[in-house]
Amino acid sequence: MGKNNNLLKEFTKGIFKENPTFHIVLGLCPTLAITTSLGNALGMGIAVIFVLVFSNLVISSIRKIVPDKIRIPCFIVVIASFVTIVELLMQGYLPDLAKRLGIFLPLIVVNCIIMGRAEGFAKNHKVLPSIFDGLGMGLGFSLAILLIAGIREFLGTGKLLGRTVFLGFSPSAVFILPPGALLTLGLLLCLFKKLKKEG
Amino acid sequence: MEEKLLVSFWPHIQDRVSTKRIMWTVFLSLIPSGIAGVYFFGLHALLLIFISIFTAIITEAIIQFLRKKEITISDGSAALTGLLVAYNLSPAVPFWIPMVGSFFAIAIAKQAFGGLGRNIFNPALSARVFLLLSWPKYMTSFIKPFSGFDTVSSATPLVLYKEANLNLSNMGLSYLDLFLGKRAGCIGEVAILWLLLGAVVLLFLRIITLHIPLSFLLSFSTLSWIFSKSGFFKGDVLFSLLTGGIILGAFFMATDYVSSPLTKKGKIIFGVGCGLLTFIIRRFSGYPEGVSFSILIMNAFVPLIDRYLKPNVYGKK
Repeated sequence: MGKNNNLLKEFTKGIFKENPTFHIVLGLCPTLAITTSLGNALGMGIAVIFVLVFSNLVISSIRKIVPDKIRIPCFIVVIASFVTIVELLMQGYLPDLAKRLGIFLPLIVVNCIIMGRAEGFAKNHKVLPSIFDGLGMGLGFSLAILLIAGIREFLGTGKLLGRTVFLGFSPSAVFILPPGALLTLGLLLCLFKKLKKEG
Repeated sequence: MEEKLLVSFWPHIQDRVSTKRIMWTVFLSLIPSGIAGVYFFGLHALLLIFISIFTAIITEAIIQFLRKKEITISDGSAALTGLLVAYNLSPAVPFWIPMVGSFFAIAIAKQAFGGLGRNIFNPALSARVFLLLSWPKYMTSFIKPFSGFDTVSSATPLVLYKEANLNLSNMGLSYLDLFLGKRAGCIGEVAILWLLLGAVVLLFLRIITLHIPLSFLLSFSTLSWIFSKSGFFKGDVLFSLLTGGIILGAFFMATDYVSSPLTKKGKIIFGVGCGLLTFIIRRFSGYPEGVSFSILIMNAFVPLIDRYLKPNVYGKK
């Protein structure tokens, strides 16, 4: 029972308490760049969850045979392999989405959340907790960018997932421009901090 | 209850100057320009001004109430922000534009940073840029003065100059028209005469000093005279100064106490930076006017300027 509880804790901490976007504030590059529409955020979220779970799994299982001095290059090779898999799959099956995510798809390699979890968790933990950690962190990241993308797409284009929500709503174009990303993220960070303070 | 003794930052001197007095004086000094704007563009402009001020005050009161702070709407800073937001709007915008603008100015640009005295960026200008980036369709369609109920749309002189390459006589305007404000433009920026009058009052009462406006206007004029579209040293300085929002910006927006440097040297650096950026944006960017962008960009440098030019404490090496 206790073991399952621990696994559950590793899983849930990434969603709110240690949310990678709002608490640790990592991985801001994709957070700001691709959150112009819910569709993009969904694609990026799934890609990151996949890479994070498998990189955590592999890194955790090789943690005892990797020499400490060259661990970072080793981790990068592992992460890059999974990112390449995601990239090729997406280009093959979802070419439109791959085109829209553009350079930010291969850039998942240097997404600090993935490296951060490898260094901060998978390196020192067993395989099963690492998988749950990756799952939770990936989900936390996905929920965060979905929230930002939802706000930005709705305010910036008046649509959600490409469908018009209200008629006669005059969208505020600034929200799908870069300033809108920073504005939304900043205000959500404030809100998150306040929610945390109040427990 | 109002406190009897208000202690401000040192050095101390006994005076009647207070935030309230300053804000309402600036507010009053801007009124003539607004009256001129309403005279030129009709009652719609007046309603826009009222809506903008009203929204600003209500927003400030609600946020201060929610933050459990003292409600300071009577100090006039919210009213002034609302007024300046309206002055930066085209007289043809729908009524919800000043509402969104004033809300943004107070809620995001001012209160989210901690309220009066803590806002890095000029709230009214932040709102203008927010509106400009959000709804360029509304923010860049202007009307001819005296067009009455059948509003006749018209481009501002700066747009005509930049995009259609017209000069003043092609536009059917004279320098006097520009000076009095008989041209398409934002509500509060057109009446240069009344703006200058308000500025003189503020200068006379020592509410603002000449450092920022003068360095702003001088650096801008020099650059636009030297590097003009029609060749070196051929720029029409008078035209550049009388069009767009540079007079409103230089005297009333760039001199905002909170978002401008504290020292004289700092003010001059700030002004020159504004002038340089305004020139660059007007001359080389896709936008016909760059006063608001340039002041906001320089606002971001103010903490740096202040830190660099911090005066030495007496007796310290």
